[in-house]
Amino acid sequence: MKFVDEFRESSIVRKVADEIRACVDPSRRYSIMEVCGGHTHAIFRFGLADLLPPNIDLIHGPGCPVCVLPMGRIDEGLEIANDPNVILAAYGDMMRVPGSRGSPLESKARGADVRMVYSPLDALRLAESNPERRVVFFAIGFETTTPATALTLLRARERGISNFFVFSNHILVNPAIRALLEMPDMRIDAFIGPGHVTTVIGCESYRFIARDHHRPLVVAGFEPVDVLQSILMILRQLHEGRAEIENQYTRAVPWEGNPAARGAIDLVFEPRESFEWRGLGAIPASGLQLRDEFGAFDAERHFGVTRRAVADPAEARCGDVLKGALKPHECPLFGKGCTPERPIGALMVSSEGACAAQYNYAHLKTTLTVGASDRDVATPSVDR
Amino acid sequence: MCLAIPARIHQTADAETRLAVADVMGVRRKINVDLLRHESIAVGDWVLVHVGFAMSKISAEQAEEQIRTLQALGEDDSARGEAEGYAFGGVV
Ligand code: SF4
Repeated sequence: MKFVDEFRESSIVRKVADEIRACVDPSRRYSIMEVCGGHTHAIFRFGLADLLPPNIDLIHGPGCPVCVLPMGRIDEGLEIANDPNVILAAYGDMMRVPGSRGSPLESKARGADVRMVYSPLDALRLAESNPERRVVFFAIGFETTTPATALTLLRARERGISNFFVFSNHILVNPAIRALLEMPDMRIDAFIGPGHVTTVIGCESYRFIARDHHRPLVVAGFEPVDVLQSILMILRQLHEGRAEIENQYTRAVPWEGNPAARGAIDLVFEPRESFEWRGLGAIPASGLQLRDEFGAFDAERHFGVTRRAVADPAEARCGDVLKGALKPHECPLFGKGCTPERPIGALMVSSEGACAAQYNYAHLKTTLTVGASDRDVATPSVDR
Repeated sequence: MCLAIPARIHQTADAETRLAVADVMGVRRKINVDLLRHESIAVGDWVLVHVGFAMSKISAEQAEEQIRTLQALGEDDSARGEAEGYAFGGVV
C-alpha cells in the first residue's frame, strides 16, 4: 500500500482537499460523473470519495468498454467463434465477460479457438500465419483503441489479406454523454473528462456539453491530486455560474487531440444509426461500423451475424449502477452471486468497472483515515 | 485498456512498417508510431501506448509520473504483461 499512502497523504493532496472543503456550499448537493473507467479505478483505489465533503457525490459513468457491451454482442461474437474454421482474437479484458451462454474463456474451454491478443496487429499476424483459417478480431473500446483497429485494417488492405475480419464494437464517448444528459431522471452537475480518450478526440469535442447543456467538463489526469484538482475546478465553475470545457491534464493532453488518429478512424469507420449499450439502451450514432470500402473485412457482413437482444439476469442492477442511480453495493448480487472471480455483470469483470473497483478496494476503508467521513458506512463487509 | 502505457523509443521507426523499437515497462518491443507521423520522434523520446500504438508524445517527467500511477493502481504488472504480449513486431 506504499504508493497509495504516499499519494493520499502528500501535502498537495491535503491542500487541494482543504480547498474543496472550503469551496463547497453545504446547502447543496453536487453530482459529478467521471466518464472514464480509469478514473473510476483511481477513485476507489485511492479512496478519494472519503477525502471529499459528504455532499459531493461521485457518479461512476459508462467509461469501461467491456462493462457497457450488451450480452447479446458477446453471444454474437461467440457464435462466430463456433465455426471450427474461425480463430477469435480478443483482448484480455474480454475473456471473462459473461454472455448469456458463458464468456469467451468458457467458449474456449468448450473447444472454440479463442486467443488472447494485446494488439489488433497481433490478430492480423494470426491471420497471416494461419492462411487456411479465418481470423476474427473482437474489437472493443472507445477512441483510445479505435485508431489502432483502423490502422490495422488499413494495413490488412494494403497487404491484400483476405482471411482477417473485424467484429466492431467500438463506441464513442460523446454520444453516450449526450444520451445521459437527455435522460429525464438524470441529475449530473458536471463531468470529469477522460484523460487518454481526449488525447485522441481533443477538448473541443466536448463543446456541446457546455453550450447545449450548460454543464462544466474538466479533463483530468489519473493521480489523486489530478482528480481532486479537477473537482475543485468544477466547483469553481459551478459557483461562478460558468459552464466551460477545461483541461486539467495539459501535461499529457493537447487541446486539439490527435488529428491523425481521428483521420484514421474516419477513413475506416462510420457511425451506426444506433448501438445498444448495456444499461443505457440504444444510443443514436454511438457505435462504429466498417465503411462499405472495408466491407470485405467486416465480420458482421461476412458471417451474417444475427442480432440478439438478451436481457440481463433479473436481479442484476448493472444498468442502474451505470446510470449512477444505484451504488454498486446496493445491487442485491454485489459480493454475493457476483464477484470478480465469478462475475454476473460486466461491471465486476474489469478493474475499471465500478462494481469490481468497489469490491476490490472495500477492505481499504478501514486502513485509510485521512479526512474520512462516514458517508460510505453502507459499504459492505466482504468475504474474501 | 483505458490507461496508456509509457514507452521510450530505442530505435526510430522503419519507414515501411512504421514500427519503432521501444522499451515498454522494462520490456523491449516494437510499437507502431504511425499516428505520430506529424511529430518528430527521436531516440530517447517518450510516448504513450495503447494496444501497441503510440498515441501521444510526452515528457520524461510525465512518463515517470504515469509509471508511478500504474504502480499505485496496481496495474503495472498487467501493463508489463501487455507489453510482453506484443508479438506483431517479432523478436527484437
Ligand atoms: S454487482 Fe454484478 S450484477 Fe450487480 S450491478 Fe454490479 S456487476 Fe451488475
